[in-house]
Amino acid sequence: MNPVILAAAAPGVAADFSQETIWASIVKAVLIVVFLLTSVLFAIWFERKVVARMQVRPGPNWHGPFGLLQSLADAMKLLLKEDMTVTRADRFVYLLAPMISVFCSLLVFAVIPFGPSLPFPWTDWTTPAQLTDFPVAVLYVLAAASLGVYGIVLGGWASGSTYPLLGSVRSTAQVISYELAMGLSLVSVFIMAGSMSTSQIVSSQTQIWWFIPLAPAFVIYVISMIGETNRLPFDLPEAEGELVSGYMTEYSSMKFAWFFLAEYINMLNVSAVAVTLFLGGWRAPVPDGFLGGALNEGWLPILWFLVKLWAVMFVFVWVRGTLLRLRYDQFMVFGWKVLIPVALGWVVVLSVVQWLQRVQGVTYQQFIPVIIGAAVVFIAVMWFWPEKKEAPPGAGQEKEPVDAFAGGFPVPPLPGEKLPPSKRFGKEVHGE
Amino acid sequence: MSEREASEYQPLRPQPGPIGEMFAPVAGFGVTLSSMFKPTVTEQYPREKVPTQRRFHGRHQLNRYADGLEKCIGCELCAWACPADAIYVEGASNAALPENAGLQVNADDSQGAHMSPGERYGAVYQINYLRCIFCGLCIEACPTRALTMTNDFELAGRTRAGMIYEKQDLLAPLSEGMLAAPHPMVEGTTDTDYYSGDVLGPTAAQVEWVREQRPDDPTLEAAEAVVSGKAPAPTQRQHQARPDEGPGAAEKSAGAAAVGSVRVSPSATSATSVSRSTSEPGSVSVDDLTAGASTGPARGSGVTA
Repeated sequence: MNPVILAAAAPGVAADFSQETIWASIVKAVLIVVFLLTSVLFAIWFERKVVARMQVRPGPNWHGPFGLLQSLADAMKLLLKEDMTVTRADRFVYLLAPMISVFCSLLVFAVIPFGPSLPFPWTDWTTPAQLTDFPVAVLYVLAAASLGVYGIVLGGWASGSTYPLLGSVRSTAQVISYELAMGLSLVSVFIMAGSMSTSQIVSSQTQIWWFIPLAPAFVIYVISMIGETNRLPFDLPEAEGELVSGYMTEYSSMKFAWFFLAEYINMLNVSAVAVTLFLGGWRAPVPDGFLGGALNEGWLPILWFLVKLWAVMFVFVWVRGTLLRLRYDQFMVFGWKVLIPVALGWVVVLSVVQWLQRVQGVTYQQFIPVIIGAAVVFIAVMWFWPEKKEAPPGAGQEKEPVDAFAGGFPVPPLPGEKLPPSKRFGKEVHGE
Repeated sequence: MSEREASEYQPLRPQPGPIGEMFAPVAGFGVTLSSMFKPTVTEQYPREKVPTQRRFHGRHQLNRYADGLEKCIGCELCAWACPADAIYVEGASNAALPENAGLQVNADDSQGAHMSPGERYGAVYQINYLRCIFCGLCIEACPTRALTMTNDFELAGRTRAGMIYEKQDLLAPLSEGMLAAPHPMVEGTTDTDYYSGDVLGPTAAQVEWVREQRPDDPTLEAAEAVVSGKAPAPTQRQHQARPDEGPGAAEKSAGAAAVGSVRVSPSATSATSVSRSTSEPGSVSVDDLTAGASTGPARGSGVTA
């Protein structure tokens, strides 16, 4: 990149918006919205098709080639459905909630770099392949994602119904719990890249993509991004086995479609953030300097970005096709007792390492034996960790005859309890 | 579970090794990923029709003997056997056929017009497919093997009345070489000979009788070929009617009066049987029919349009 242009850019931001006009921004914004909407249609098809193939089914194959037009037909159906408002709903908030969801989900892609500066043929005009960027762009992403939850919470509350309310309450707790872990995992990227600007983070991954040195943070991010978007196995706010459709239960037609749209755009958002922060953004999956960097110039990086984006989307679908929904308490225990402590510990370890490197001047080569040793110790500990012995049921309880009519009603014996001999026959009752 | 039981338990499946045990918590991801590359098991039903098993219980069929007489004797045993009360049968005497109006025909006489060998035939035969549970008890009950089941399972219809299949909808179409009933039995035979399988095709006397009674009968030519040995003996074939082309179509042409009628006059039945040969070229072997019950609809067979 031209150092003169770099000098003109905002501090801490790699992309150069000095030539940007209002019209270029408007065109980019429209293109991003069009990209998101068509991507959602594709994502629905993609998810249904991939899940179907994982279940040895063909999936949608009726409308259009490979069933590609299926989600278009579904969208048309939603458009034409009767738009119902339940009687007990708080009408204004009920209408506002899906709008908040969609609006917040559309915000994130503004700071996602699709590529470096795009050259336009026959002109010397170039423009960054992203709408905007600023020194705290990733914080803005987190803020937009958090605001989107208001759509879910308000939608569930405004429906005036039990299941939606339960779904929205779950969603609140879920987002609070998992946003913490997500934020902590992103902190390690900030430490390494030295910036919160997305374009700067991408340009910091020239040598190595952050998901390799920051593998624990990447794993935590992937887990918490699934929790953040309410996808299986963390789809508790809309657990259809428990809450009908959770916060979406009382919604129909376009209002439902907005929620649906927001959910899929959020998937794309967190995938794009994962690509930008951990997977090298728009960088080609080749070593730096390969072919003189030709693969990282011009319009080609958009292709790399999209390939990576859909690879992460595939992980979403893969997880959905493999795992079952967690119970709510397991989910909370996992978030608070596993993810957050691990993320915190990782940030501490990383900070210490950075301090050793930058202040004490320890080199990478000196770290390698330490890392290998730590990995070996970890694996050995995991290997020889004694398996938790499950106490036999009723081990700690005294074997005394129970009152089979506690409270005046016949009750079954608890594990370990022994039924008293039947008075009628004078012999023991068969059973536990 | 006591400790004794726990120590004795030996799993029958091969247990994973140390590496497999390490990856056991995420083994499900491998299952789903490898499933993506397995062939799908879904049948693309309306696009590709996979034949049923040969013993599949589908729509019923009333069979014919090789000379074109019906096997059904109107005994109602099927109706009595039916647990769903889906079958309605009315028997009638062969002697009461209009062709026998001026004749004195004895009950066991092979002479005179017959719809079926012997004394009686099924004048009305209805199966209500809104009730039928396809259990096959009627098939077991049938003493002459007149009633069998085909592999046809596409039985949806638009009207309730249309789902009551009349005799002409259930009757097997005349194969090439069969002579349309009514006509006399093969001379000198009894219904027992028919049942034993001794009648292999129409005879010259039967052809002659039909030529006198119905000189325009379209089955005459093929039957004559069988009699003279130019054509092989006729074999059974299956009925391929669909509800839209079957009972519903008959109602449309007959008007509202026909809806809900319980009696099909014998002449009307014979007329329906006769109209077959215009649209059904060639004879089909039994194997083709049982296997190909869902391959292609032979439109308009056995039904008066």
